[in-house]
Amino acid sequence: MNADSLSITCPILSVDDKECVTIAHGEGARLTRELIQRRILPLFSNDALASFGDAARLPSVSGQLAFASDGFVVSPLFFPGGDIGKLAVYGTTNDLAVAGARPLWLSLSLIIEEGLPFATLDRVLQSVAQAAKTVGVQVVTGDTKVVPRGAADGLFITTSGIGHYQDEQRYDCRDIRPGDALIVTGTIACHGMAVMAARENLGVVAEIESDCGSLLPAVTALSHAGIPVRAMRDATRGGVAAVLHEWSLACGHTLTVDENKIPVNHVVRGLCEILGLDPLFVANEGTMLVAVPDEFACRAVEALRQTAVSANAVCFGRVSQRKIAPVTVIRSLGREIPLDEPSGAFLPRIC
Amino acid sequence: MKYVDEYRDPQLAATLVAKIRNVATRRWTLMEVCGGQTHGLLRHGIDEALEDVVEMLHGPGCPVCVTPIESIEKAIELSRQPQTILASFGDMLRVPGATGSLLKAKSQGADVRVVYSPLDAVEIAKNNPNARVVFFAVGFETTAPATGLAVLQAQRLGLENFSLLSAHVRVEPAMQSIAQSPECRVQGFLAAGHVCTVMGYDCYQEFSRKYRLPVVVTGFEPIDLLSGIYECVRQLENGQCDVANEYARSVRSEGNVNAQSIIEQVFKIADRPWRGLGVIPQGGLVLRGEFKQFDADSRFPKSSAQFAEPPECLSGEVMTGRIRPPQCPQFGLACTPQNPLGAPMVSSEGACAAYYAYQSRPRIAEVGAEP
Repeated sequence: MNADSLSITCPILSVDDKECVTIAHGEGARLTRELIQRRILPLFSNDALASFGDAARLPSVSGQLAFASDGFVVSPLFFPGGDIGKLAVYGTTNDLAVAGARPLWLSLSLIIEEGLPFATLDRVLQSVAQAAKTVGVQVVTGDTKVVPRGAADGLFITTSGIGHYQDEQRYDCRDIRPGDALIVTGTIACHGMAVMAARENLGVVAEIESDCGSLLPAVTALSHAGIPVRAMRDATRGGVAAVLHEWSLACGHTLTVDENKIPVNHVVRGLCEILGLDPLFVANEGTMLVAVPDEFACRAVEALRQTAVSANAVCFGRVSQRKIAPVTVIRSLGREIPLDEPSGAFLPRIC
Repeated sequence: MKYVDEYRDPQLAATLVAKIRNVATRRWTLMEVCGGQTHGLLRHGIDEALEDVVEMLHGPGCPVCVTPIESIEKAIELSRQPQTILASFGDMLRVPGATGSLLKAKSQGADVRVVYSPLDAVEIAKNNPNARVVFFAVGFETTAPATGLAVLQAQRLGLENFSLLSAHVRVEPAMQSIAQSPECRVQGFLAAGHVCTVMGYDCYQEFSRKYRLPVVVTGFEPIDLLSGIYECVRQLENGQCDVANEYARSVRSEGNVNAQSIIEQVFKIADRPWRGLGVIPQGGLVLRGEFKQFDADSRFPKSSAQFAEPPECLSGEVMTGRIRPPQCPQFGLACTPQNPLGAPMVSSEGACAAYYAYQSRPRIAEVGAEP
């Protein structure tokens, strides 16, 4: 009998506890506390978190607040141009930003699949912290759950955010009127195709990067330029087409975009062509649509182009009285063709 | 973008539209064979632009649409077996069988996976040695070589857990069946560019002579489609019926000989039922005897259950060009992409799906009211 066989090991705590998350880390006891105190709190130090209470006590704010929530289940967790952590911060803060609110506070809830390496979790959390810093939002509360293997796909994140409306102006897509101009703030379909290329190992030679980023600077640029924006919406799931259909339904008019003016990176376009996908239906994570009165279109585009996230902004469409269909595209031959609503394409989970 | 933008050039398109109008002294009835061409025509509004000089009938070239209901039911049945992974192309998942679809089976727990290449299914089999992996292969001669390669690869790797449920079909016999029909109104065919890339177009010489019909190999972009239509109309006006190639950047007369030899090596020609069209002599490809160990049809005998098409679905009439989709009384009402009665409403190459996606409601009403 050698020395090794005499060594005593705990049957519950295996060596894995040091390398990856186990069910025990979600039981709410010592390991949960250690996980939070060692890996999460140091990244997000702020007054609200410091008390380690069940609820965050937030300072009072005058004026109206905005509240948004979003769940993130992207697979793979890391993709060119971003990861689930970055996505979880920008996704919710972009929802606040396009509503006209400055993001202030964020909650962070993690559902971790047993077996997730700590190295992966740490990388994601660092990414969350970095993105929160970029936006200027504080992570003030959160939750951690661990589910058995197979009950989740690595890591799911939910974030909820509170924002503060900056001015009197209220954006409402029901206010969109015939004659208004439609602006898109950047090249479309990058996120969906980046995730798809990473997930399906499509062997694309040139790497496609997700546009995953904060839209707050773009919203701020429009506000500083004094543009009386009618509506803004980030074109996430369902892509630009989904936003156009939502807006058309709300305002009752026809929204028309010009295919030749839609900004699409040529690698993305090539991949879409090969797979038979219309870039208008593919998801974005840092690109939004803006509707403005026609006379402000040029100034709005100019203001957006001063900001990195919207440097490729273009006016690509118009609103008119209801015509042949709610949403139409002027296709390359100049004919106006209806654009169908997105309906369950076979894309991987992308946000 | 190179190889795309030059084939969508609005000015060149306008010139071609004018040329077609100039040459046509009457209205001609043409059929585009492939569903990809149908979508191209409708997506860019070419059918409407030429409406008074050319009537476009939409052909049977949507492999997903013609996959028989029994094959879909067999795939669903296999996917529900324990320790089984069923892999297919995304388009196949929403196609309705008699008892549901693969998507429904997936939502009920079946392991159904979307692949982009048949070789991915072999990879799945390699990585899951304890699972039975069935690749549900659909497509014309365009995809058959890739399926053939997958079988050869599985053989090379000695994979016993890989098998193929083949629903491969051949285009030319389907064109024969349409041309032979006493009700055939087609005066010229736009042959399917991708199929011809593999098979070439020598095989159409006899067909063209026999039925006295022009056959023009045509691509999928607006300029390709307009060039194909122009050549077809020009021939008809001159009383010619020749085989012509308007997709020369992709198609050679002899086709892709290497790809053909893979088809030849792995498959043999067989009669095959086409959904909505009935049995087409020599209309399908089945695995050769020496690959029997990969043939899901012989490895897993099918149940004796009989399945019938919903009688209200007129997909057979649509795919043989007897009616246009909006002329079906169920179009857009009882049959939508969310609740399809037949495959042409959900396949990305289906004619009904093309009308649903790209035509305005007033236009649909107009076409639907045609006699």
